[in-house]
Amino acid sequence: MSIFTALVTQLLHLALILALAPVLTGCVRWLKARLMGRRGPHPLQPWRDLLKLLKKRPVLAENASAISRAAPYVAVGAALLAAALVPSFARGMLLAPFADLLLIAGLLALRRFAMALAGMDVGTSFGGLGATREMAFAALAEPAFVLAALIFAILAGTTNLDVIIGIFQEGALGLRVSLGFAAVALLAVAVAENARIPVDNPATHLELTMVHEAMILEASGRHLALWDFQASLRLTLWLALLAAVFLPFGMAAPGAGPIAWITGLLVFIAKMAALAFTLAVFESAIAKMRVFRVPEFLGAALLLGLLGAVFLFVSTGLS
Amino acid sequence: MSFGQLPYDLAHLLGGAVLLLSFVLLYQRRIAAVINAFATQGALLALAAAWQGYVQGAAGLYVTAAIAFGAKAVLIPFALHRLVRRFNLQRGVDPALGIGVSMIAGVALAGFAMLVVLPATAGQRALAREDLALALSVVLLGGLMMITRRNLISQVIGLLSLENGLILAAVGVAGMPLVMELSTAALVLMLAVIAGVFALQMGESFQSLDTESLDTHRGEGE
Repeated sequence: MSIFTALVTQLLHLALILALAPVLTGCVRWLKARLMGRRGPHPLQPWRDLLKLLKKRPVLAENASAISRAAPYVAVGAALLAAALVPSFARGMLLAPFADLLLIAGLLALRRFAMALAGMDVGTSFGGLGATREMAFAALAEPAFVLAALIFAILAGTTNLDVIIGIFQEGALGLRVSLGFAAVALLAVAVAENARIPVDNPATHLELTMVHEAMILEASGRHLALWDFQASLRLTLWLALLAAVFLPFGMAAPGAGPIAWITGLLVFIAKMAALAFTLAVFESAIAKMRVFRVPEFLGAALLLGLLGAVFLFVSTGLS
Repeated sequence: MSFGQLPYDLAHLLGGAVLLLSFVLLYQRRIAAVINAFATQGALLALAAAWQGYVQGAAGLYVTAAIAFGAKAVLIPFALHRLVRRFNLQRGVDPALGIGVSMIAGVALAGFAMLVVLPATAGQRALAREDLALALSVVLLGGLMMITRRNLISQVIGLLSLENGLILAAVGVAGMPLVMELSTAALVLMLAVIAGVFALQMGESFQSLDTESLDTHRGEGE
């Protein structure tokens, strides 16, 4: 029975994330447009784009190797698996025992690897430029994420996301300075991972600033649809991760029935809407930073994670 | 008095936020952003003092909070902004040490503060010890900012944020007399006035607030 419940939760979660991801991207775009005084495309526009692009044949460069063909599928697969591991409305999903923060970090790294390879495969200068920048940023963003995971692990005694959320939900740990530092570090990493302002501009093809768009400049048709879809999935995943760890209230306990799921679902949608609105306001209020400032920004995130971990280490070691 | 009790947790978190703002001060490059970060730190300090006043039931701490807010979040930043506009200092802050290096040094100093405070206060409440460590980190970071910046305004802000750390340590301790608070606040205001006069003099003599231009007058670096 419990396995059945876990399976149903997992399937519902997957369906929810799959349906929600492009809508979330559309909502952020629409909110940003409204905040800037434009009417903005309909929030369902990313879905329409996806369905149209999926029907189109990709056009590949003459010298494109198998990497260009395989990379979008690898990236979507990794992003989908990672998104399946981060709980949305209920804990205790079928894959919960595998929902390790380090595994999620690894899947995100695999996705980034596929994307950078696809950027460099055809040998255009823009693709290579985007790939090098992405990897340079990742060199600082990934350790910051791992340090945040380390802070959670010291506090909760495990890196399993499901258990961590359960412990945070009980509230026995209280408000901790280290958790505050981890929150700031994770927010900075999330901004960099999702290629949002101030690290990258998701809405531009201006050559000097772009990172993410530069790598998929060559993609078209089905492949472009997959790249766009994995970008939406990644945004949903990060917002769900932040919501689950730092705003853990309202989530259904493992083995709870459909009524708890519905409240969990409503709370989850409210949390995502609030986060999307915050993101839109943040992006409208701030300017994109120079590319050479980004390593400093991510380095600061890394140091904050380190500071939180040092605080925890010293205070648990000496007290 | 362990973790999980809201009054102490919130005080602790506010202390952490003040420390975070100290890192923001180190990280910012533009002088206007540095002043704004300092104003935010002052406001957070006022919030921390008011919260301690509420928790400890000490009315004197509300006075401290009001002074911290009025002086550090409003008056001093306003005066500094005027100074910046008067001398056209919109450009960067010329760190003597790179931003990245000073951030690493800052983290090292914060770790050092923990290592010093925790063994020295063994036997006290865990949270009071960590609060003290946070306050000492803010003090050390203020000192670091004074060392690593060449611009006079940044140095003054470093000094004032060092003093923020002292106030943070003081409000966490129950039973601090109001006279002490008032004299410290008066000291800070005097400090700001003297710094302002000094900056005006320097700006008129050298047309810049870069303290490097003072070196030749001390007989250094020809």
